[in-house]
Amino acid sequence: MIEFKDISKVYKKEFLAINHVNLKIDEGEFVFLVGKSGAGKTTLVKLLLKEIEPSSGKIYYHDEDITKIRRQHIAGYRRQIGFVFQDYRLIPKKNVFENVAFAMEIIGQSRKNIRREVPTVLNMVGLASKAKNYPEELSGGEMQRVAIARAVINRPKIIIADEPTGNLDPETSVEIMKIFTEINKRGTTLIMATHDRDIVNRMQKRVIELKKGSIIRDTEAGGYAHEY
Amino acid sequence: MSIKRKYIFKQAFQSLWRNKIMALASIGSITAVLIILGYILMAVLNINNIAMITKEEFDEVVVYVKDNSQESDRQEFEDKVGNMTGVMAVVFKSKEVALSEVKNEWGDESGLLDDLRRNPLPDSYIIQLEDIRYSDLVIENINNFTIVEGIKYYQDTAKSLISISNTIEKIGIIVILILLFISIFLISNTIKLTVVFRRKEVQLMQYIGATNGYVRGPFMLEGTLLGIFGALLAIVILNLTYSYSTEYMTGYFALLSGFNNFIIPFKVVFNDISIIFITIGVGIGVLGSLISLKKFLSV
Repeated sequence: MIEFKDISKVYKKEFLAINHVNLKIDEGEFVFLVGKSGAGKTTLVKLLLKEIEPSSGKIYYHDEDITKIRRQHIAGYRRQIGFVFQDYRLIPKKNVFENVAFAMEIIGQSRKNIRREVPTVLNMVGLASKAKNYPEELSGGEMQRVAIARAVINRPKIIIADEPTGNLDPETSVEIMKIFTEINKRGTTLIMATHDRDIVNRMQKRVIELKKGSIIRDTEAGGYAHEY
Repeated sequence: MSIKRKYIFKQAFQSLWRNKIMALASIGSITAVLIILGYILMAVLNINNIAMITKEEFDEVVVYVKDNSQESDRQEFEDKVGNMTGVMAVVFKSKEVALSEVKNEWGDESGLLDDLRRNPLPDSYIIQLEDIRYSDLVIENINNFTIVEGIKYYQDTAKSLISISNTIEKIGIIVILILLFISIFLISNTIKLTVVFRRKEVQLMQYIGATNGYVRGPFMLEGTLLGIFGALLAIVILNLTYSYSTEYMTGYFALLSGFNNFIIPFKVVFNDISIIFITIGVGIGVLGSLISLKKFLSV
């Protein structure tokens, strides 16, 4: 489904963020990207979102080289991907329902569809009762669940989460992971960049470990780190 | 209204309201540019108009005759000039006729002229040309006659008027370009404030896969609105000040007959000016927005 072929990314000042990475992720997989800060996790995510371009190499999505997508087709490509941020990125002046509906509005969905889909997804993340609350009235875990609802509402093929549990306590993190597991079970590919050792160890999913821009480990069902 | 259009309009008006001061500065700068442009345009139009009228109505050369010139010399002048190429007719106008013409032109104020002890106006010949293009040749020849005291020649006036209007045009273009640059800069800064203010939301929209129209729409509309407001304000101000100043000048130059006929009234150019102003206003607005978007929105 996704394939990185000999991808390198050099930032200004000749900093090699990603160094000749080859990587293949199949449809329906659940993949953790782990590694220290600066190892290249976020760069990898940004490349996948087409927020930045690789310095060399090719990235395929369903056999299409996304480094060659035309500008006007980027929006269409990004609709295949749901993105979850560490800091939730909710719009403060919109309530829970509106925050989720926003994702449908901006891709031009009808009001009828919005009224039908949003409650279903809010139900799935367990926030049906808080539809009218504003972000400031929610806990961190609840905000992240709104963000997840927003990421899945347009039925993307892939969910990419960048440190989604970074701001949450362990218990809440477990809840969030349950939702991700549920989404993954329905066939959505999940890619999660994380520092959360407990979560990775507990889930026993595929782990890709990065160090200084290179993949140093890719285990089928592994823990956070094999040595330390 | 579709969700998209509603969203774009709401965002645009909201950010205009949020950045009131910058919005006012931008509108003010567009208005200033356009008013200055308007006055330059009106000046050029009016001067060209006067030049045209002069050209049309005075394809003739007036030759003033020396008071002490001999009758025989005058006769010779009449005969020779009458036979020159390009001369249609030579008409003598005595100083008495000239004075009574002036009296007629002055109308009510002609009483002032009654006290003159002697007629200060000279006799003159009016040389009607077949065509204005003969004027240079004829004038050159006329200068050789001793009876000639002076030549009044309206094509010169027309020419110098046109050259004045050309100069105004050239200086005007430079001034306008500088001012345009300033307003585009101001607008792009206003839009920049909005872009920075909404950066996270916009970034989010881009991640979700909003189309460019959705992302850029509100900013472009904001710039366009600034341009339209600026243009409308400029049209109103120009209309008022131009009409007032021409009225004032007409009063001031009341002695000059027909001054009114030379001045182009604003209502004649209202439609054209409106179209030009709104086009330029919107142009500045859109350009300012585009510059900001290009700089600050590249996810």
